Amino acid sequence: MNYKFDFGPVIDGLPDLLWGCLGTLGLALAGMVLALVIGIGGVVLRDSPYRGLRWLVISFVELIRNTPFLVQIYFIFFALPLAGIRLDPTPTAIIALGVNGGAYAIEIIRGGVQSISKGQIEAGLALGLHKGQVFRLVVLKPALRAIFPSLTSQFILLTLTTSIASAISAYELTSVAQNIENNSFRSFEVYGVVTLLYLVMSWLMMRMFAQITARHFSYPVK
Amino acid sequence: MNGNEFLFLLNGLKWTVFLSAIGFVCGAASGLGIALARTSGLRPLERATAGYIAVFQGTPLLMQLFVVYYGLALVGLKLDAWLSVAIGFTLHASAFLGEIWRGSIEAVPKGQTEAAKALSLGYVSRMRDVILPQAIKISLPATIGFLVQLIKGTSLAAIVGFTELARAGTIISNQIFKPLLVFGVVGALYFLICWPLSLYGARLERRLAAASH
Repeated sequence: MNYKFDFGPVIDGLPDLLWGCLGTLGLALAGMVLALVIGIGGVVLRDSPYRGLRWLVISFVELIRNTPFLVQIYFIFFALPLAGIRLDPTPTAIIALGVNGGAYAIEIIRGGVQSISKGQIEAGLALGLHKGQVFRLVVLKPALRAIFPSLTSQFILLTLTTSIASAISAYELTSVAQNIENNSFRSFEVYGVVTLLYLVMSWLMMRMFAQITARHFSYPVK
Repeated sequence: MNGNEFLFLLNGLKWTVFLSAIGFVCGAASGLGIALARTSGLRPLERATAGYIAVFQGTPLLMQLFVVYYGLALVGLKLDAWLSVAIGFTLHASAFLGEIWRGSIEAVPKGQTEAAKALSLGYVSRMRDVILPQAIKISLPATIGFLVQLIKGTSLAAIVGFTELARAGTIISNQIFKPLLVFGVVGALYFLICWPLSLYGARLERRLAAASH
């Protein structure tokens, strides 16, 4: 092996790469917010009395979970203009991430809602708690505790998925890396460093969520 | 879209299935090694495999493919695109399957290991005849879930430049300018492979949950 490593282009591009990290985190955060909105809406529709609506949500979840994100993002990328919606690649990527994450969020949130039994709500009311208190203490907090770990790991997965948004050249870390690579041909150095940056980001997110869990969602209940 | 173009997509599908199969089979073989090392009780071995798993779980699959693809070229290995990509998927699968199977091995009740030791079974026999058969049963739903992830993940080979189903779709779409039709068909083809697997995995999971109550 007589390859000479040259990290020069990567070091020169480091500020751009760090901005790219922020782009990635922003994309993931916006996508996750949209995913939660779709998730909550989906759960409401999923358990609605109308069979057609229930069927629609189930099909949506199955369809998204059994096709690749790359195909989904291409489809949305080409479908939006045909529907008369002209968006830049980055907002398009946010929609695709939200739709993808939303399908998973529906399943996760539904599990949390189902983990609260009716008897507990009745018990809360019988103990003289207000309706608001029952919702906050008996329904919301235990449900959040039940779904928090799955939701946060879904969030981290979504953050890693944003790299695929480079396929439609949305602004995030991978597309920044591809620009540097195109100008320098130092492929291995660039992608090696970028991989490390992703690792640091997901590690930091993991640590942060673990702290939140320990603080707010661990037994004994404070 | 005419017959020839559809055939081109089916040819891409063939490569998708082939890549998934290679990644899964080779990944399973090395994943078993990783799961065993991860539960071996030898600290350095456990640490190393835990690190290996953490790296693959904490980075995007696309980056893993890039690094393997350019890394292999860099150490002087001139490989075909499909082989580099297959190696990438194998490494990726080995880490995820290793982690799934570590969990299943640890989920087998400890009494089983103790009983096997009391019968003076050696490590090989203990694993092969007592622990692994039970662990495999526990791991099946998650393993099938990962297989679906892997099949979907092979679409990223398209970005590296390998012509499987997703890239075949891009090529046809550029030719006939009907992206929605083409990517709709491509999505449907992925769905036809992945959905039955997902249903099967969910059924196994329900059966396992029923058995453990």
